[in-house]
Amino acid sequence: MDGGFVPTLAPALVEVEDLTVRFVTRDSTAHAVNGVTFSVRPGEVLCILGESGSGKSVTLRALMRLLPPGKTRISGTIKVDGQDVLALSPAELRRLRGGLVSMIFQEPMTALDPVYTIGDQIAETVMRHKGVSKTVALARALELLELVKVPSAASRLNNYPHELSGGLRQRAMIAMALSCGPRLLLADEPTTALDATVQIQVLILLRKLQKEMGMGTIFVTHDLGVASEIADRIAVMYAGRVVEEGPVADILANPLHPYTRGLMASTVHGQDRSRDIDAIPGSPPDLRQLPPGCAFAPRCSLAAGECLSAVPEPRFPAPGRMARCVRLGVPAFA
Amino acid sequence: MPNTMILPTAMIEPAAPKQRGYWGSVGNRLRYDPVTVFFGLVVLAIILAAIFAPLLAPFDPYKESIIGRLKPLGWKGHWLGTDELGRDILSRLIHGGRVSLLMGVVPVAIATVVGGTLGVVGGFGGRKVNTAIMRTMDVFYAFPSVLLAVAISGAMGGGAMNGMIALSMVFTPAMCRVAETATAQVKNLDFVEAARATGAGTLTILRYHILGNVLGPVFIYASSLVSVGILLASGLSFLGLGVKPPTADWGLMLSTLRQSIYVNPVVCALPGVAILITSVSFNLLSDGIRSAMDVRM
Repeated sequence: MDGGFVPTLAPALVEVEDLTVRFVTRDSTAHAVNGVTFSVRPGEVLCILGESGSGKSVTLRALMRLLPPGKTRISGTIKVDGQDVLALSPAELRRLRGGLVSMIFQEPMTALDPVYTIGDQIAETVMRHKGVSKTVALARALELLELVKVPSAASRLNNYPHELSGGLRQRAMIAMALSCGPRLLLADEPTTALDATVQIQVLILLRKLQKEMGMGTIFVTHDLGVASEIADRIAVMYAGRVVEEGPVADILANPLHPYTRGLMASTVHGQDRSRDIDAIPGSPPDLRQLPPGCAFAPRCSLAAGECLSAVPEPRFPAPGRMARCVRLGVPAFA
Repeated sequence: MPNTMILPTAMIEPAAPKQRGYWGSVGNRLRYDPVTVFFGLVVLAIILAAIFAPLLAPFDPYKESIIGRLKPLGWKGHWLGTDELGRDILSRLIHGGRVSLLMGVVPVAIATVVGGTLGVVGGFGGRKVNTAIMRTMDVFYAFPSVLLAVAISGAMGGGAMNGMIALSMVFTPAMCRVAETATAQVKNLDFVEAARATGAGTLTILRYHILGNVLGPVFIYASSLVSVGILLASGLSFLGLGVKPPTADWGLMLSTLRQSIYVNPVVCALPGVAILITSVSFNLLSDGIRSAMDVRM
């Protein structure tokens, strides 16, 4: 977080400072993440909220260095549990991935290998990190499936991914991610591909496991409802920058940045059915050609001249709150 | 958002079913496929007949007889008649299966190992490795497969060994392409990234995820190539580029019996029938295995 204004109760589990990710191809350079700074304490859930292309998934993958090395340029610092992720050797990186940090993916359909059974895949991960025999690993896999509340877990071990429903597959995915007791869990829209009733089950399960295991969690989503359900803090991303950050209740009650307000206005929450939902006009900027000023200014009804000239510096209007907007004092938002 | 949670609770745990491996479930699926089972048995019979040819053949396949030439089916204990030199056709067909099967299977096996490895490396490696391997393979594609086999055999001289080398070279590029395509598809799928996210190294990903997903299509393609191999091998022998007379071989038999087609057409067609039955059986068996091996069906 810019300036570290959150009272540090425990040493941060994740410290990301001025993270910049660019994708360089022969024809163009996409500025996917532009100077993102945040931290996560052990046991805390940070929700990164943003629309497609805002750089939230890229940020998550950068934390594990999962981006294709050839065309990705990463700068800034990423520290997880004191380790400088960007400086790790390949062997150290392999230990970090799945051991200290693990990740849940959006599509349970494709994130599991179709030709191996669930048990086999979980056991493979356990064997890799713990160096135990297959029998021990399979026993651990069974434990994990029971932990994530898969019904009749013992017989599910022998099921192939296509034999399971989306919700069960995502649970298996979660079991795999938790198999080696990670201290940091990265979740990349884990509930987006699920239908609404399953979504809430998986969210509650994740929240419960996260609390029990005391994992720091970074949860990426575009769904405000999901964020409000699971987050301790929210960071709103737009065009590769964190435009607003703060505790979940404060942000939901009193959004500061015009983009956050726009997001909330465009969400369905029991308003009059006959009223149209307020959409934010315009569309996100082209990441290959970002405007020099605030990236949101072209769509912002409060935009003034100073918004267009330089990227707004972070401001801290209240303890624990941050927003990158020069017009913070302006109350009206059409 | 509703706050009620409806978590499926584990009912009384049913006894875990006996752990059945992948091949166990494939075998189980095959049992319900009578066509595949039937042609599997035919293939098995052909293979067993070739292995135990000396025990099964009723006559010496090389024993000639001046008076017993081109006799019809059933003549004096010769169930399938005799050829133009009075040799027992059945015995020659049984013995001929050895060469034909060998020439069908060995090149496919070589091509699977060589082409499969090249294909996986090409598909998984970077653009330069891929280009080097795949463009080299493309050179072989410039020639029709029969012509290529004929040209290689012709250049190296006849004989079963050279024939097998020629067929291996014909099959390797095709095999390589199948493996490369499958690898390239698999390596971009989410589960490979997911594996990387759980700390799998490149070798682990190759061994576990890539191989596991590529082996199926490669194996299926290989099994369908066997019948092509038998046909091509017979073709080479027919043209005099495969085995040399008097060795018993289906293609060669067809070639020499061809001259007697107006004397005894039924006997002359028999080696062709053997080729037909073998290649159809291999094809249908490979089809059946293909669907049995697909865990998603």
